[in-house]
Amino acid sequence: MQFFIEVLLGGLLSGVMYSFVALGFVLIYKASGVFNFAQGAMVFAAALTFVGFQEMGLPFPAALLAAFAVMVVLGIVTERVVLRPLVNQPPITLFMATIGLTYVIEGLAQGVWGANVRGLELGIEDVPVQWLMDSTGIGVSTFDLFGAGVAALLVTLLALFFQYTRIGRALRAVADDHQAALSIGIPLQTIWRIVWAVAGFVALVAGLIWGARNGVSFSLTFTALKALPVLILGGFTSIPGAIVGGLIIGSTEKLAEVYLGEYVGGGIDSWFPYVMALAFLLVRPEGLFGEKHIDRV
Amino acid sequence: MLYREAGQFKTSYAADQQIFPIRQDRIGILIILAIAFFAVPMLFSEYWLKAILIPFLIFSLAALGLNILTGYAGQLSLGSAAFMAVGAFASYNFMLRVDGMPILLAFIGGGLAAAAVGIAFGLPSLRIKGFYLAVATLAAQFFIVWLLTKVGWFSNYSSSGVITAQDMEILGYRFVTPEAKYLLVLAIVVVLALLAKNMVRSSVGRAWMAVRDMDVAAEVIGIRIMHTKLLAFAVSSFYCGVAGALYAFAYIGTVEPEGFSLDLSFKILFMIIIGGVGSISGAFLGAAFIVLLPIALDVIVQQWLAGVLPPSVSSNLQLIVFGGLIIFFLIVEPHGLARLWQIGKEKLRLWPFPH
Amino acid sequence: MKTKTLSKTLVGSVIVGGLLATAVADAFAQAKEQFIGLPSYRVGAYAAGGSGVFGGWIDYMAMINERDGGVGGVKLTWEECETEYNNARGVECYERLKKKGSTGNSVFQPVSTGITYSVLDKVVADKIPMVTIGYGRTDAADGRVFPWVFPMITTYWSQATTMVKYIGSKEGGIDKLKGKKIVYLYHDSAFGKEGLSVLEKQSQKHGFSFVPLPVAHPGNEQQSQWLKIRQEKPDWVILWGWGVMNPTALKAAAKTGYPREKMVGVWWSGAEEDAIPAGDASKGFTAAGFNVAGPNYPVIKAIQDKVYKQNKGNMEDKSRIGSVYYNRGVVHGIITVEAIRTAQGKYGKRPLSGEEMRWGFEHIDIDAKRLKELGAEGFMPNLKITCADHEGSGLVKYQQWDGKQWKIVSDWIEPDREMVRGMIEESAAKYAKEKGITPRDCSKEG
Repeated sequence: MQFFIEVLLGGLLSGVMYSFVALGFVLIYKASGVFNFAQGAMVFAAALTFVGFQEMGLPFPAALLAAFAVMVVLGIVTERVVLRPLVNQPPITLFMATIGLTYVIEGLAQGVWGANVRGLELGIEDVPVQWLMDSTGIGVSTFDLFGAGVAALLVTLLALFFQYTRIGRALRAVADDHQAALSIGIPLQTIWRIVWAVAGFVALVAGLIWGARNGVSFSLTFTALKALPVLILGGFTSIPGAIVGGLIIGSTEKLAEVYLGEYVGGGIDSWFPYVMALAFLLVRPEGLFGEKHIDRV
Repeated sequence: MLYREAGQFKTSYAADQQIFPIRQDRIGILIILAIAFFAVPMLFSEYWLKAILIPFLIFSLAALGLNILTGYAGQLSLGSAAFMAVGAFASYNFMLRVDGMPILLAFIGGGLAAAAVGIAFGLPSLRIKGFYLAVATLAAQFFIVWLLTKVGWFSNYSSSGVITAQDMEILGYRFVTPEAKYLLVLAIVVVLALLAKNMVRSSVGRAWMAVRDMDVAAEVIGIRIMHTKLLAFAVSSFYCGVAGALYAFAYIGTVEPEGFSLDLSFKILFMIIIGGVGSISGAFLGAAFIVLLPIALDVIVQQWLAGVLPPSVSSNLQLIVFGGLIIFFLIVEPHGLARLWQIGKEKLRLWPFPH
Repeated sequence: MKTKTLSKTLVGSVIVGGLLATAVADAFAQAKEQFIGLPSYRVGAYAAGGSGVFGGWIDYMAMINERDGGVGGVKLTWEECETEYNNARGVECYERLKKKGSTGNSVFQPVSTGITYSVLDKVVADKIPMVTIGYGRTDAADGRVFPWVFPMITTYWSQATTMVKYIGSKEGGIDKLKGKKIVYLYHDSAFGKEGLSVLEKQSQKHGFSFVPLPVAHPGNEQQSQWLKIRQEKPDWVILWGWGVMNPTALKAAAKTGYPREKMVGVWWSGAEEDAIPAGDASKGFTAAGFNVAGPNYPVIKAIQDKVYKQNKGNMEDKSRIGSVYYNRGVVHGIITVEAIRTAQGKYGKRPLSGEEMRWGFEHIDIDAKRLKELGAEGFMPNLKITCADHEGSGLVKYQQWDGKQWKIVSDWIEPDREMVRGMIEESAAKYAKEKGITPRDCSKEG
């Protein structure tokens, strides 16, 4: 039982890590209907830029600000060069454009900062919490708890931003109906730029957390693959969905690997989340928190 | 002047229904086929045949398969590479386990196996649409590669899970030289392409397009959705499966499951988007673009920039230009290269008198 | 419709073809040069390894040109071709490079197991030797069945047996392994599965219990595997990882409180690139290597003197000179140059064909004396290739990460030759039967 709880807790906490990446997808999809595959590359670019600035001697907050500025510029350029000319194109074209963007970002990031693999220290140790370990024998990492805290903070911030600011309200209007939002004078392109900048910020946070855990290397782009099942489970348009989806995917994935893995040879966490999300979709095709879509002829 | 259909009257149903109703098109395709079958193997070097033309044809076939599913039936799939893997491993096992198995039959068997798997993973499409479906097909991508790695039987218990394709032999003739392999691949691709061309203009193809454009409406006018969608998955996977078998037998030789990665699936999707969604010729144009572009870029970079730029910069530059060109093409011609050809055709009709 | 498609393609191909043709013609104009094609990869997930290995290799060849004026008066030339670690691109590079230079490509070393498999049949037909140092197809070490392939220095199977020996030595003798438990944490791919069968056999031979645990690619999440390890409480963990899987495993070990001193890594997990990202968590981790880290060898000094002092070096980040990957590239360079030298001894000091190069590789004999002359004493093991044995010594050294750099902690360890060679011959014989190859008779080879 104790082991089960440990697996479950560990799974939930790694699910939070997936949610970080999924959040970025949701923000952009919600505001512009673009399935932004480049989110993984953005996570990589953000983390690499941050570490790069640190190597140049900038202190932590300055490097953070500089990396954020780079991500904002990247978002604005993307909106201007990629998205605006592709307005009104079918979603698949936009999707492919973001894959093209992935190559550009990967090439730029590695071209500028080099292919070297780097470490990233946030000053939080990735070791079990001692008193919990002593009293119950359950190992929960401090770093995981820190990650969960950051996630909670991030979601709260985003929720407040969307709920109480002018931009946030405009953003929700855009998400609801592009045409209607335009007709009441909401500047669509400004909103998109802001959303891409916010997504860049989320990518930076995700990059820092994942980078501190696994190092800053090209494989940060693979985090996108972990986020996709979270996304379909939680719905493409729901921020709470990204969190809840992450928790579900993280915990079931770990439980499956630990308890079912040995019967089928293990290594199932590459596909299990997808099959799990798929099974779920068969019951609820629009995801956990997705908007119900009604077809009219 | 030259390309004008005026004066070509169709006096029978057969004439009205032929694949290429315009005489110039018929002549054109015969010339192209003649060049592809006779001139190319004689004129092109071994490098071209082995390293560019054979993979080009094989990827065209896979793109054709995906285009049937995505372009005609409107179901987005990110699992094409996995279906190729099924085709490759199934053909290998047919050759290995059935004595005296003819190679062509093994290819067809590989295609059919892929089709069966395709139907299984196509089932969710009855409930799920759009990107939700696309992500769901990723389940196929990862699961199949995992299964092929995990179950030793598929690779005949090779210690590292790779398979080595057997020799190709038809009626005692062994396909060893690049020319022979090229011609074999070309023949298979031409037959399947003509078949696809015919299929998409038959009632099956029209049903696919109806489902693509609006499945609820299609259902209302009496099209069986389940049947139509699953057929699209089956046919598409069959094409991908044959392409995968050719990939193993005529191109690479020894393949590992990881070779059929998500990256390859994306590449194939690129081919149809760049080439033209819902167009047979688009699959070929797109494959040519995606196969040739990175190679051309690398040749240019290594030839002229190798001494000028630091090596990592020149390599990354290739990647940036590749991604940039894809975005550029999507912006200037979102309907793909095939659409450019259509525009050209319209212009040709009027040429040299613009009115 | 289809008509026009093909015609367009053809027009495009003719143009690009023309470019290629002029390039080939240029290369032909030069004589007294030995061409070496380099299928490198400097972008994407594998870039860190690729830029290091190919950088070291190129620098060594540049040093030979600079210091000795080439090998026997024959200058070395090379050209890179970006493979992106992709099999299809690798095949294209192989075909592109094979006819370059006055005598064609002398050797193909893809530094990728996938590409190795993809060109396995092609090198035989084209008569170009393929050298795979520390990766590739293990059973190709049987030179009777694979005359053109050289998985040199040591193979995955040899390495796995040295791991068991190393662990045995730490436990105070190989017989002390009885009753111990070893977890094999491996990358779930062709690469990771290489170690399975041989370790299984080793566990029967030495009586330890063996628990394989696969990690799905790319391995950036290992929570469940490490919880399992916590439950199993193994005495040792063998880490057979690649890329991000390695730092992730080290971090996860720290997280679950598993001592890194009890973890032994494969040589693709024993570079600075694997240890640095995990920070303090890597301290104490031991990994195998067929070359060692560090710049304090005469051969590296020579490169710095002759190449970098004149601003001709290949590495942009000079701090990586002397890193594990870089030194591995230097080993690639040493072996290539020594093969040319050996073959020149038989065929004369002129550019050599692929066939002549093959003879050179098959008769490589780098003994301790030669290593000293090369300035690589202790840098890499002795290497003697014969007609039947394309592997060589199979020696492996172990290095431990002290938090800043790799420190050598063992001498060259002999593999379990008997077991490995038996498995190689068995597997090669199976391949020969499948492909209808008659193994050559080595007693008749000169």
